[in-house]
Amino acid sequence: MSYEVIGITVLWLFLYGYLIVASVDFGAGFFSYYSKRTKKDHMIHPIIQRYLSPVWEVTNVFLVFFFIGIVGFFPETAYYYGTALLVPGSIAIILLAIRGSYYAFATYGAKESNFYNFLYGATGLLIPASLTTVLTISEGGYITVENGNVELLYGELFGSLYSWGVVALAIVSVLFISASFLSYYAARAKDETALKLLRTYALTWAFPSIGMGIIVFFLLGGRNPEHFAGMLDLWWMFAISTAAFATAFTLILKKRNYGIAFIMVMIQYFAAFFAYGASHLPYLLYPYLTIYDGFTNEAMATALIIAFIAGLLLLVPSLYLLMRLFLFDADYVEGRK
Amino acid sequence: MFFENDPVLLSRILTYLTLGFHAIFATIGVGIPIMIAIAEWMGIKRNDPHYTLLARRWARGFVITVAIGVVTGTAMGLQLSLLWPNFMQAAGHTIGLPMFMEVFAFFFEAIFLGIYLYTWDRFKSKMRHFLLVIPIVIGATASAFFITTVNAFMNAPQGFEIVNGVVTNVNPIEAMFNPATPTKISHVIITCYLTAAFVLGAIAAVKILRGNKSVYHRKALHMTMVAGAVFAVGTAVIGDLSGKYLHEYQPEKLAAAEWHFETETEAPLILGGIINEDNEISYALEIPYALSILAGGTPDTEVIGLNEFPEEDLPPLFVHYFFDLMVFIGMYLAAVSTLFVVMNWKKTWNAFNKPLLIMVAAGGPLAIVAMESGWIFAEVGRQPWILNGIMRTSEGATTSGQVGLMLILFALLYTVLAVTCIGVLRKMFKRNPVEREMYKREIQNYEVK
Ligand code: HDD
Ligand code: HEM
Ligand code: HEM
Repeated sequence: MSYEVIGITVLWLFLYGYLIVASVDFGAGFFSYYSKRTKKDHMIHPIIQRYLSPVWEVTNVFLVFFFIGIVGFFPETAYYYGTALLVPGSIAIILLAIRGSYYAFATYGAKESNFYNFLYGATGLLIPASLTTVLTISEGGYITVENGNVELLYGELFGSLYSWGVVALAIVSVLFISASFLSYYAARAKDETALKLLRTYALTWAFPSIGMGIIVFFLLGGRNPEHFAGMLDLWWMFAISTAAFATAFTLILKKRNYGIAFIMVMIQYFAAFFAYGASHLPYLLYPYLTIYDGFTNEAMATALIIAFIAGLLLLVPSLYLLMRLFLFDADYVEGRK
Repeated sequence: MFFENDPVLLSRILTYLTLGFHAIFATIGVGIPIMIAIAEWMGIKRNDPHYTLLARRWARGFVITVAIGVVTGTAMGLQLSLLWPNFMQAAGHTIGLPMFMEVFAFFFEAIFLGIYLYTWDRFKSKMRHFLLVIPIVIGATASAFFITTVNAFMNAPQGFEIVNGVVTNVNPIEAMFNPATPTKISHVIITCYLTAAFVLGAIAAVKILRGNKSVYHRKALHMTMVAGAVFAVGTAVIGDLSGKYLHEYQPEKLAAAEWHFETETEAPLILGGIINEDNEISYALEIPYALSILAGGTPDTEVIGLNEFPEEDLPPLFVHYFFDLMVFIGMYLAAVSTLFVVMNWKKTWNAFNKPLLIMVAAGGPLAIVAMESGWIFAEVGRQPWILNGIMRTSEGATTSGQVGLMLILFALLYTVLAVTCIGVLRKMFKRNPVEREMYKREIQNYEVK
């Protein structure tokens, strides 16, 4: 494998990691708010608190990793995306800032407040929507480059069916991933009332998520035929994705093996996300930037990869400890600690 | 509009705003873990629940400041690409490594912080819980280390060549360990510790000034002042070394800080004062030979003056005031903390007298002012370069026309964050005062008569 491909694979893995952990977090915020409005919060609020409180910072780091890493591996992206994304990027930062800090405020500091709760719920849906702009514009046609000036075409962005499709896909996916994880967590906690509610949420959002996936798949065909053809070549990965979805759905429906069901959901998104990413290559920004012309020098690439491996050796055991204490410790999960 | 719509100027202001805001929380975030670690350690060694409670309560407040440190840091990281795309394109090739490693350090810290906060009573041995704070201290300090190497690189870029405008022959390790790195890193890290010690000390001092007689606050004050004295003396020593670094590698920055125009030996240090258009200085205090000593250690060191440099390469002269302010506060903090420690050590003297307590209380905010002044001096003093001698700030900036709007949005965001942060911290500690917590945990609350 070339350095370029290793680099983008590492980054894509982090983005996938963010997709999963952030979805759980974002969705939980929404469910927490929604259940409060419908006066069912006493059922799921404790579950959400117990899981999310210790890990919210870790979630954010996945994202930071991605955008610091991409500038390290592909400095050219800073120029194109940096210039084009000033406004959407800033909005995403502001939403993330509101969410991150208010989460801490509400959890550790202030009393229960409806306003905090609303912010927490609303940003959970708005952040994925604004972050997906990056994926949308990477398909090409939303940016012009004229004598060195990069500009984002807002009319094109807001007027295109594809970009709205991606936004909808992001939101329903967040809700589905989150609900299936929280169902698993509730099942482990042996919290029957919470499980019942969360399982309903998971089932509700299952078909919208796969449905939007299919719709966006075909919308992309109209947007970027080259990429679409690449995705068709990788049809088997999408087949794996669909099979994983079917398994997950069946298990949740039959009220069995919520853990395996969640792993299936992870596989569903892993396969689709990597098929999407792999067929997008070699472009980082169609048609201006490929992984080959935007790549850093060899010395830096080697250094980054070594740092990455050393970092993983440090982080994986620590993450394991975190999970053992909070996710797999039955006493903690069941609220006895 | 007051400003013309100049993306370079607006980007500078926005960077300034974000960094200035982030720096407060980042500094506290790097410094507080070590204070928590010391308190928890003393609690175990002396078997004194007051210190353990200190660690517990500091950690709780720390979470709030970390939250803001993380979100403003995220903003900073993204904004660097959004506002300075051309600079990041060049910097990514050379200095991407420490930025990447910084995130690992955060990651490490974040994981253990999550564990630390939720496991106070989960282990049988107190030592096990104490061990968890060590990765937090290491992670926080390592992140300061890595990010500061980036800043050092901006001041003394090396480890690459530019051939026909293309960056080649990159050596990331050499870029990281440039001549500015040793002094910059040690000065930044120790001032983080110093600032944290004084911020926490100031809180205790205010409590005692308000008439609280609990021995808990006295222990807190004494502990922070001992630490503060050590860090303050270290800061002054390393600050002196930073001056020597500047003399060697960025003489124009040192000269601007000292309004030093003619190259000469036996140069005096100028404190305060006013400068007019013809560069004549009035009302200033002159300390003979001091600048030569700061620059080279001996009075006969030749200090290069501003007249040696072309006009368009000179930083603005107002950095002088920021330099003076930082050094003055540094001396002040060293004096106050040393005085406190000495008076407390002499059993017959009362270190907890009102004037000294007021001086300690002022030290908290002043430490933050010193930290901000130091950054302004270091960054503005590097102008007009974003990469010293290589890339001008105006070449690094975005060309987007919407920076002004973003500036307004972020200013609003930071205002709201600052206000709520203070509100939440106050509420959090008011609702759960230390007396109540001692009572709940069955800790004796001795009062001092
Ligand atoms: C609590 C904060 C604080 C205090 C009390 C001091 N400093 Fe400082 N100083 C900083 C906080 C700081 C800083 C924020 O950490 C800076 C800004 C950039 C940097 O590298 O460190 C800095 C930079 C800085 C520089 C410029 C380095 C460069 O641009 O490369 C010099 C020469 C000094 N300091 C010298 C001193 C001296 C002689 C002090 C006397 C006691 C002193 N500082 C106290
Ligand atoms: C990753 C390392 C850093 C990068 C890439 C960076 C980048 C920049 C850039 C692009 C500017 C605008 C140019 C200018 O006006 O000076 C700037 C200015 C500034 N930076 Fe740095 N910086 C770094 C480290 C820091 C740190 C760690 C701080 C303090 C927390 C800091 C404080 C400032 C300040 C206060 C300014 C405004 C100066 C002014 O108004 O001119 N910098 N920095
Ligand atoms: C240009 C300069 C800087 C950049 C680009 C930057 C970047 C970041 C980023 C991306 C984060 C969030 C990480 C996360 O999500 O966990 C962060 C947080 C943080 N930054 Fe900065 N930073 C800068 C300056 C500084 C300085 C000068 C310090 C301290 C000396 C510092 C120390 C911290 C700390 C300690 C946190 C995490 C909050 C905490 O754990 O307390 N940063 N920074």
